Amino acid sequence: MSTYPTTPSQTVGPYLHIGLPWPDGPFAVAEGTPGAVWIRGTVRDGAGEPVTDALVETWQADPDGRFDHPADPRGARAYPGLRAFGRCPTDGEGSYGILTLKPGTVPGPGGGQAPHIDVSVFARGMLNRVVTRLYFPEEETANAADPVLRAVGDRAARATLVAAAAPDGYRFDIRLQGEGETVFFDI
Amino acid sequence: MSTAPGARTGSGLYVPGYVRDHDTHPPLDYSDYNSTALRHPKRPLTLLPHTLTEVTSPVLGHERLGELDHDLTRQHEGEPQGQRIIVHGRVRDSDGAPVPHTLVEVWQANAAGRYRHTGDNWPAPLDPYFTGVGRTMTDGEGRYRFLTVRPGAYPWKNHRNAWRPAHIHFSLFGQAFTQRLVTQMYFPDDPLFFQDPMWNSVPDEEARERMVARFDYGSTEAEWALAYRWDIVLRGRGQTPFESEEEIVEDEE
Ligand SMILES: [Fe+3]
Repeated sequence: MSTYPTTPSQTVGPYLHIGLPWPDGPFAVAEGTPGAVWIRGTVRDGAGEPVTDALVETWQADPDGRFDHPADPRGARAYPGLRAFGRCPTDGEGSYGILTLKPGTVPGPGGGQAPHIDVSVFARGMLNRVVTRLYFPEEETANAADPVLRAVGDRAARATLVAAAAPDGYRFDIRLQGEGETVFFDI
Repeated sequence: MSTAPGARTGSGLYVPGYVRDHDTHPPLDYSDYNSTALRHPKRPLTLLPHTLTEVTSPVLGHERLGELDHDLTRQHEGEPQGQRIIVHGRVRDSDGAPVPHTLVEVWQANAAGRYRHTGDNWPAPLDPYFTGVGRTMTDGEGRYRFLTVRPGAYPWKNHRNAWRPAHIHFSLFGQAFTQRLVTQMYFPDDPLFFQDPMWNSVPDEEARERMVARFDYGSTEAEWALAYRWDIVLRGRGQTPFESEEEIVEDEE
């Protein structure tokens, strides 16, 4: 087996805004889709200051827990307007927002995984992305059985992975470092 | 917990994971790059098994591309200043397989080393004919190609007399969430490497060299453009297509 060594990661730098944002980036599902929810939050650094030059990306299953991708052997259900991928730069207050549909239960090790969204954060000052997961507050039973959440031993740390309910969807703040530091994953 | 990348689902479906290539990448905590100080997690990362969520990613098509997104020299009324260059190459995974039909996004400074960004105010001229943003898709064999101008070096305030070597920012999706990569392409023999913390943050010297394009005389266009070739390698599954599922499971040990 021949193995090609991989290309190293580098920071997005301070000028990511010219290259990465898409006009439709925040809309993982088309505006006006019934059942769509906003996921909003603020990215903060180790001093608690908002990070105004970050980019948040999200990836998730559809409401049936399926992926429109060849690696999902079950095949995709059709949800018109659902890209399932969101991308939003943080604004002057360090805040982002992604409009999406809540994902369903996804197959996983030892059973089902609770509904979740994979989240990447890129920023100036970060030589690689960090990856976290968003879980839903009303899924208490599924969350308690989720293999990934269960692997996070510390209760307070686990809580950083669960979004809060908000009037138009959910709130998911990301703390890169320090008090209430978000759990990040080695992927 | 082992570091096996794959995961078996409750129904027995095995999801082969992608190799973990930590040795290649810079650490998040790197004191020579000052801005990492408050922007790296202090708690150790938690191992995430690769489930369906991690081995899938958005299937993006040509609808994302404008007609001239791959040609940064033709996006305005007039031609930008600078040395016209072709930047091309192949995207593969670490098993050597081409990564076809995947989105490649680039952004860069102009020939004078200035970005078209409100935050870039150093005294170098903006070019009215250069935005510095490009997009393309790899073809069926994983090949991509841009036409642009060679970016200039630019100063920043990380340390005394700090200059970034000339570079082009690249963003790639690959075919899985695990393959997502944002990086920078450099030019051969840049005299500024020695003092650049971005370059030096990559611990392995051979890995640093993988960020450098090579001059490609064979692909230059006579009386038109010089050419550089830069091949990009994303994480693969660390397996040949011939291995059976049982052998893959054994590989976990
Ligand atoms: Fe740059």
